[in-house]
Amino acid sequence: MERDQNVFVLGEEVGAYHGAYKITKGLIDRFGEDRVRDTPITEAGFTGISVGAAMHGLRPVVEFMTWNFAMQAIDHIVNSAAKINYMSAGEITAPMVFRGPNGAAAGVGAQHSQCFAAWYMSVPGLKVMAPYSAEDARGLLKAAIRDPNPVVFLENEMLYGESFPVSAEVLSEDFVLPIGQAKVERAGTDVTLVSFSKMVGSCLKAAEALAAEGISAEVLNLRTLRPLDRASIAASVRKTGRLVSVEEGWPHCGVGSEIVSVAVEETFDYLDAPPERITGVDVPMPYAENLERAALPGVADIIAAAKRQMGQ
Amino acid sequence: FAAAAAGDDAPIEIELMRPFVTHKCDPPSQTVTTSPSELRQMYRDMYLMRRLEIASDVLYKSKFIRGFCHLYDGQEAICVGMEAALTYDDCIITSYRDHCTYLGRGGSIEKVFAELLGRETGCALGKGGSMHMYMKETNFYGGNGIVGAQQPLGAGLAFAQKYRGMPNCTMTLYGDGAANQGQLSEAMNMAALWDLPVVFVCENNHYGMGTSVERSSKSGAYYTRGDYVPGMKADGMDALAVKQAVAYAKEHCVSGKGPFVLELDTYRYHGHSMSDPGSTYRTRDEVSGVRQERDPVDRIRKLLLEYSIAEEKDIKTWEKEIRKQIDAGVEFAKSSSVPADEALYQHVLVDPSGIEARTVSADFAPLR
Repeated sequence: MERDQNVFVLGEEVGAYHGAYKITKGLIDRFGEDRVRDTPITEAGFTGISVGAAMHGLRPVVEFMTWNFAMQAIDHIVNSAAKINYMSAGEITAPMVFRGPNGAAAGVGAQHSQCFAAWYMSVPGLKVMAPYSAEDARGLLKAAIRDPNPVVFLENEMLYGESFPVSAEVLSEDFVLPIGQAKVERAGTDVTLVSFSKMVGSCLKAAEALAAEGISAEVLNLRTLRPLDRASIAASVRKTGRLVSVEEGWPHCGVGSEIVSVAVEETFDYLDAPPERITGVDVPMPYAENLERAALPGVADIIAAAKRQMGQ
Repeated sequence: FAAAAAGDDAPIEIELMRPFVTHKCDPPSQTVTTSPSELRQMYRDMYLMRRLEIASDVLYKSKFIRGFCHLYDGQEAICVGMEAALTYDDCIITSYRDHCTYLGRGGSIEKVFAELLGRETGCALGKGGSMHMYMKETNFYGGNGIVGAQQPLGAGLAFAQKYRGMPNCTMTLYGDGAANQGQLSEAMNMAALWDLPVVFVCENNHYGMGTSVERSSKSGAYYTRGDYVPGMKADGMDALAVKQAVAYAKEHCVSGKGPFVLELDTYRYHGHSMSDPGSTYRTRDEVSGVRQERDPVDRIRKLLLEYSIAEEKDIKTWEKEIRKQIDAGVEFAKSSSVPADEALYQHVLVDPSGIEARTVSADFAPLR
């Protein structure tokens, strides 16, 4: 925001309340209410207004209190923002970021716990990112704001409360991450675990446990979901010969469906086992704690899948 | 009279035929100031729009135009009157019925026809079609296929104008059908809260597809439906009334008073789109009655003659010229090439270097 006067933040409770999840804490004091704009509870309206402002050349950062509420506004994300450059043959563009927490939260029931990654990553004209660590969040969000395209930025409510070690480089003012590149979070040789957002953490825990049993798992953090870093997925699977994709979202037409396709299309001759998907259960999210736990993949599920890949 | 007789371009005062009806504001004067040159230009522009749509009708029926095609004939006074009160620093955004709005913003006949025919010389290089015409240079933002989506988008353009401190406003046009979309209430509330310089222009042509105002709207007084936002109803079949109303609404917005609702009472001669003969939900007498009594092109034609600004033979000469331009535009489009195969991969993303798109099979092609 200091770098570019055209960047402004807009959404419910982003200003005076300092963010429903405190992501915009302090911004209104620094940049004033013209650039940190509280909106009424009116997603279709403020998303449309933001796309209009982007079409005029501003760079809005639109916060959804959660991505569940963006369903009210998905027409503007897909039909207005993602397609305007193509429909107008480059005459009008929409440089902007849509961001907020996505995926399963805790104990909030069916309407507030859902992963929209697969939905948005299917749309041409969008870029889609999902940070896992503090490094990701800082580097990817800056990249998203600077990108001349509409970017869907899927954060995770459960990760807001987690701390990550960061290097001096990450803290430097110039730090920004490339869009479209996955990160090998942990190198390995026996099986590839591909994931994004919160489940990267579960994959790292699973890899730790697998190592104790002599299985070397490589953990790939996708970071960007569209464009998808097919090359990094394929390179890892060629090395290990085995693939497990891990996500919290639903299985049908999920992110994992695409990842398995990549493995089949690009690395079929290298596969030593059928690629496998670990996903959320194919039901709406229940409230009761035991059922909610059962609806989501855990570290044990990832470990079991990796072992199946190894024939164990 | 004296002005025209003297052959110069001195201002003319014309009394409007229908009164403005207002909501929470005083009406502007019923007397409009215009000039011989403005009236001549208005006539030529409206006649051009009329012929453009008639030619599009023929092209559609002879299968040169595909898909959806919504024609504007009958409503021309709105585009022409609106442009007379605005500059290109003001923004316009409209619905899918956009050919004439594009022309009004300085677009070319050739580019309209080429776009309708899906040719690479079209205003969106053949990739937009009838519903998607744009011109950034003159602040025309389309061309929206989703009914009512332009309402908050227009408020957003006005947000940007205010953010940048520009002394301009945005006209966001929608029909009586889209007036019932919830997005309008949402956009209206924020526009009023934030004093955005946006004019919500309801082109009331009395039918949302085939559903009349009476059958779709509990209140058909669209100019009052901003509730806390001032509004006005004007004769949308009279370019001079539109000019007066838009100038008034723009002044309201740029003086910092926030949004304005402008209902323009108009009529479309064609059906909703080319698939609609427009005859099941309204009578032929109704259509021919409007044509006879309120036709916007005829209205200016009568003024030209009444004020001795032009004679019948002058008007005939212009019309002949314009019909030639239309024919040339059609020929240009027909002789243009279809887009090159690579155009499929262009404009998906800005700066797409290194990014590929999956083709129909497992092959990939670079975005361009």
